Amino acid sequence: MLLQQLLNGLVVGGVYALFAVGFNLIFGVQRFLNLAHGAVFMTGAFVAYYTVEAGGPLVLGFLAAVVSAGLLSVLIEIVCFRRLRKSGDAEFGAILSSMGASLVIMTVWQWISQTQVVRFPFDTVPVVIFRFWGLRVSLLQVIMIVAAVVIVMIMAWFIYRTSFGRQVRAVTDNEKAAMLVGVNPNRTYNMTYFISGALAGAAGVLVGLAFNNINYMMGEPYLLFGFAIIILGGLGSIPGALLASLIFGMVQTLSIAYLPSGLTTAFIFSAMFLILLVKPTGLMGREEAGSLRGRR
Amino acid sequence: MLDISDLEVHYDGIHALRGVSLNVGTGEVVALIGPNGAGKSTLINAVSGLVPAASGAIRVGNDDLTRFKPWTVSAKGVLQVPEGRQVFSEMTVLENLQLGATALHGRPRDAGVEDVFELFPILEERSSQLAGSLSGGQQQMLAIGRALMGSPKLLLLDEPSLGLAPVVISQVFAALKKLKEQGMTILLIEQNATLALELSNRAYILDQGRIVLSGDSADLAADEGVVAHYLGVDAEE
Repeated sequence: MLLQQLLNGLVVGGVYALFAVGFNLIFGVQRFLNLAHGAVFMTGAFVAYYTVEAGGPLVLGFLAAVVSAGLLSVLIEIVCFRRLRKSGDAEFGAILSSMGASLVIMTVWQWISQTQVVRFPFDTVPVVIFRFWGLRVSLLQVIMIVAAVVIVMIMAWFIYRTSFGRQVRAVTDNEKAAMLVGVNPNRTYNMTYFISGALAGAAGVLVGLAFNNINYMMGEPYLLFGFAIIILGGLGSIPGALLASLIFGMVQTLSIAYLPSGLTTAFIFSAMFLILLVKPTGLMGREEAGSLRGRR
Repeated sequence: MLDISDLEVHYDGIHALRGVSLNVGTGEVVALIGPNGAGKSTLINAVSGLVPAASGAIRVGNDDLTRFKPWTVSAKGVLQVPEGRQVFSEMTVLENLQLGATALHGRPRDAGVEDVFELFPILEERSSQLAGSLSGGQQQMLAIGRALMGSPKLLLLDEPSLGLAPVVISQVFAALKKLKEQGMTILLIEQNATLALELSNRAYILDQGRIVLSGDSADLAADEGVVAHYLGVDAEE
């Protein structure tokens, strides 16, 4: 039924949001497309899996995944982007170097996992089904949606309400002026990448739990979707990425339910092209600038 | 307070400063004037750590700022109001001011938002607007206010009159005069020599990367020949 599908779409959209908001945060702050974001997401899933496999509770696995994905993202910034950024015009170079980082990370996990698909133990999240108003919601779905909402809210609070978030936005707006008021841009970039990676890691764990399929390639389709989402939402716009994630989740779930299954991806991207025809800057994008980014 | 000696700076392939020495005493307002391209902004940016010095020293207290990063220079209380205001245009007026306090880095604060609002009442009216929506003069006031939030020991002003209407310029300079009366130490860069000499105690004239003349502002202003020769004051009228 429609309401049930919309609910499922909301859950999927929430996970997309975790992935895409972090992806777009980096674009908004530095104008870099971090193509290693999918690999960071996958790393989160693996770290949680191996923690649980080693006997740790899921909560510990989740925290370990969030922290290690965040740190990996910081490492990517230092290794792939920092030198490029100092050279000036680096948007294209950043795409190539992050693609390289993605391959390295995937190879490492391919080696660790012996190219196997791994799964969380059966009762990692107890199978509990809630029923109300004729709807069916699993405990896992509840956890996913609550985690997505809480994490995105914490991030938004951090960026828009704290002094550190103010510094991040200042560096984005005008790096020179930010340095003159005493902001160290490298520190704010580190923090931005940490947040971005932590969000991806959280998404990785949730997807790993939901589809019970963790493998070294799992980040790739999300990178493609994430890319489509931030274009649809507006490059650099955090609210745009949220809105587009929910739309994507809904459209995907509905098309799986009501269309031949092979058409899902084609349908999603057709929908994206249609919206872009009407609004080329994306739903919440502005000409040449995202919500985080001002003009120099 | 500020003691620059034999400063050499190469910038964009140009030998921009050629052995510049200059000092600013505590509580003093010193103007650095000179034609376009003389190296005035390069000097102030070298002090702020934005442009590396090839040799020479920039002393503030016991520190030599030549090896400092821009954010550590501002942590020392040496704050620049950059040319072209450079406000955070996507952020509100209030957020711009709050960011100014980042420069404190634990130093005691002399001024808060309310003091800035007292100096520039228009900013209070506009406090929740985006800085990018302000007029040029209001942005200049905001840029000065933002620097004041960091309790400057030394305020570096880069062309505060640039691109402003005469009536707005006099508002901005009236505020600077108040700061001077409160004992603020200021190094002022200005193309508008008449204004700069009016406000300052002493002045240096920079031409092609060298200090060509210095002295009391009143004396320099009285020496019409010198000022007209180096600064083309007539063109400013």
